[in-house]
Amino acid sequence: MSEAPSGAPERIVVVGASLAGLSAAHALRGEGFAGSLTLVGDERHAPYDRPPLSKQVLRGLFSPDTTLPRHPDLNAEFRLGTPASSLDLDARTVSLGDGTTLPYDRLLIATGTRARPWPKSDEASLDGVFTLRNRDDATKLSGRLKAGPRRVVLVGGGFIGFEVASTCRDLDIPVTVLVRDGQPLEAALGPRLGGLVGEIARERGVDLRLGAEIERMEAEGGRLTGVTLKGGERIEADIVVAAIGAVRNVEWLEGAGLAADEGGVLCDGYCRVLRQNGDIVPDVFAAGDIARWPNPHQDEALVAVEHWGNARAQAKAAARNMLAGPAAGLARHDHLPDFWSQQFGLTIKLVGLTEGADSLVIAHGSLEERRFVALYGREGRTVAAASIDSARWLPAYAAAIRERAPFPPISDAVDQPRLRIEEP
Amino acid sequence: MSCTTLFEQVLDPDNRANPYPLFAELRRQPVCRQEDGTYVVSTHAEIARLISDPRISSEDLPDPQKFRWTGHPITDLFVRPIRAEIRRRHQPFIFRDPPDHDRLRGLVMRAFSPERVRRMREETTDLTNELIEKFAGKARIDLVDDFSYPLPVTVICKLLGVPPEDEPQFQGWATQLATALEPNQRADAETQAKNEQCFTEISEFLRDLIAKKRDEPQDDILTDLANGSDSGDADTERMNDFDLVATAVLLLVAGHETTVNLITNSVLTLLRFPEHWQRLRDDSAIAPRLIEEMLRYEPPVQYRTRLAIADIPIAGVTIPKDAPVVLLLASGNRDPNRFADPDRFDPDRSDNRHLGFGGGLHYCVGAPLARIEAEVALVALAKRLNNPRLVEDPPPYRPGASLRGPRHLCLSFDGIAAG
Amino acid sequence: MKVVVDLNRCQAYAQCIYAAPRHFVLQGREALVYDPSPDEAARAEIERAVQACPVRAITASPDPAGETK
Repeated sequence: MSEAPSGAPERIVVVGASLAGLSAAHALRGEGFAGSLTLVGDERHAPYDRPPLSKQVLRGLFSPDTTLPRHPDLNAEFRLGTPASSLDLDARTVSLGDGTTLPYDRLLIATGTRARPWPKSDEASLDGVFTLRNRDDATKLSGRLKAGPRRVVLVGGGFIGFEVASTCRDLDIPVTVLVRDGQPLEAALGPRLGGLVGEIARERGVDLRLGAEIERMEAEGGRLTGVTLKGGERIEADIVVAAIGAVRNVEWLEGAGLAADEGGVLCDGYCRVLRQNGDIVPDVFAAGDIARWPNPHQDEALVAVEHWGNARAQAKAAARNMLAGPAAGLARHDHLPDFWSQQFGLTIKLVGLTEGADSLVIAHGSLEERRFVALYGREGRTVAAASIDSARWLPAYAAAIRERAPFPPISDAVDQPRLRIEEP
Repeated sequence: MSCTTLFEQVLDPDNRANPYPLFAELRRQPVCRQEDGTYVVSTHAEIARLISDPRISSEDLPDPQKFRWTGHPITDLFVRPIRAEIRRRHQPFIFRDPPDHDRLRGLVMRAFSPERVRRMREETTDLTNELIEKFAGKARIDLVDDFSYPLPVTVICKLLGVPPEDEPQFQGWATQLATALEPNQRADAETQAKNEQCFTEISEFLRDLIAKKRDEPQDDILTDLANGSDSGDADTERMNDFDLVATAVLLLVAGHETTVNLITNSVLTLLRFPEHWQRLRDDSAIAPRLIEEMLRYEPPVQYRTRLAIADIPIAGVTIPKDAPVVLLLASGNRDPNRFADPDRFDPDRSDNRHLGFGGGLHYCVGAPLARIEAEVALVALAKRLNNPRLVEDPPPYRPGASLRGPRHLCLSFDGIAAG
Repeated sequence: MKVVVDLNRCQAYAQCIYAAPRHFVLQGREALVYDPSPDEAARAEIERAVQACPVRAITASPDPAGETK
């Protein structure tokens, strides 16, 4: 025991028992950490997978139990249903909602996000108004969808909204999607491909309204009966799903002295969190949706990447760095952002970051076929690639993005149309 | 030693039994130009990258069949050129790029359905046990002739819908045509003539069989391919007869020779490391990992040749447009930068992303069937052969460097256990 | 058992669908849907799927001790 390098941790606490937290726990054990390992979670469920919630779980395919696999030798203590309430950096302790205090040698902050609630609280509390982030949300919503609602209204132009809309169409439930700004999925895919997804949704029977917002909700006896849009149109509906983004779970860190706000917990490229004055806290790390760090694939801009792949990769990087002795080299978190979405029978994948993209080419297939690879360029460099049902070409372009290859990176390729550079 | 000479040595049949030390030397230069302008790629990262690179084509490989006059004007001026043109236009999908590749492969995948493949597990089990029963009373067998060869040809014939009485003929064709799939080794004139003759025969046979499947549809792959489905989906169109013949020949040849080698290489490897033979005998649940490790350690397809259709900068070299590219899968599988202790046979390794079935768009179509055949065969052999021993190690190999495997594998054993 | 698939990694090679057709399904060309909580009796099939995945995207474990479905 005494042979460990000085400062080697004996007690590691992970606050947040979801994908990032569990991935970090596995990585810590994988890296040989044999000390005490505690995971703190605010939900009563053991760590579970969220992406299926808006798809197969709502639809009722297979089991709704998406508990994540755990290695039989993980040997971690789970403090579930007990949210962390505060952090004391000097005492190196985390206090929990049940009044207990956990000392740590290393701490991982992986408290993630929660669904942004509907801003009008009287409407948010109506029977029939939902958000979708956790397992209990999915169970409740799935039950209501089974009952055969007259219509579901989805608010928000992001992936979760469109996945739920797709599930509703699979279940033959009438559905209206309200997108306030721009095109669907525009933030991730840009207006061109976002518009294409909107078109596909319409073909599958989604009543898609762009530039539309709810003025007010209507209810009878506390139960939702419909919504009135700005402009006066009334839509009868039993269910509203507000998919209007996420709020980071940083409240428990208030007063701890960390650089944490609604934008996330600020950390360096090695997942070490920073104090408000910019100093590194050497024994506290962050990973997953809550972390905000300089991204090497976007000129070191501070970004938070709220995706499944990043949660796993950053948890691994953090775990390695938590165990790295003072002399050992720290591992830079340089994961290339990636995500997938399944909707309307199609698989949409993206690698890289489309933010600030100024050009787009279709590198394989065609938009008309709904089967293609699209590449995004910024200032002459390749920054992102999106595919619909063409995932096997993506690794080649992911490599080009990592190398910041000139845009477009590959021409004269197999099954490639004449490349035409367009607006994204 | 220059890597040009090294790859020539890989092709040299004298090095067939153990090419792996040559691969280790080749990997010192991950992408290496040969004197004839071919580029040999030997490291895992570079192979994995090129196998999914859209600048790598599977089409337009130089035609290995050099034209020779037969002295019959009608044959030389009409029949053969027309046949050659048909073959050129209707290459099987392994030699095509998208979109044609995707369309043809899609049709095959639909016929090669999970349900149909799953049913082959039971059939394969029965066939395996029948073959093993025939070992009764013998003290020695040739695994290749007595087991590895007959099993896959029977399985693929059943799947395709070839009548049992035609199987022996089919097996002969498969063996002959496998030589045509062997890249980088120029067949002599006699072999070429035989291949051509064989292709003509099998094509005629298949055309008749396809006509029968149209008249009397049955539950098999040829019937599905010949008739399409009536769902009206563009993906389920009927395959034309030329593509259909080319596809059937491909499924036969690719699905046969490779599986023979997978089974034979597996038994050879397991008997070289008998503790794993014993493990399999004790616990058949380890078979899937064992087979994946086998596909890494002794892959039946050692390399594939493709064509660069644009300049490709990689590993400090630029592969120029129009250069043939050899992806040395078997070498990538032994790359120490990807696999810890790569020359050790270790079924327990994690993250075994081997290249045994290739990758990218052309990932082996028959992989699910090969896995079933290998699993069923190995589990049964391990259970039923009492105390098997290699009679000759290394065994004699067939000449092919790409489709590599023993010609014979003599085993002695102390009888068979009940099935 | 508990199963999760890294769908960033998945390239729809469909090997899991052949190995364990009752627990993995391809919808459309690339959309993989799978059973996250298959019965213990499916262990052999799930193991075949895990091993057959060309990109090693599937992770499976026995049900954690003390937790029932």
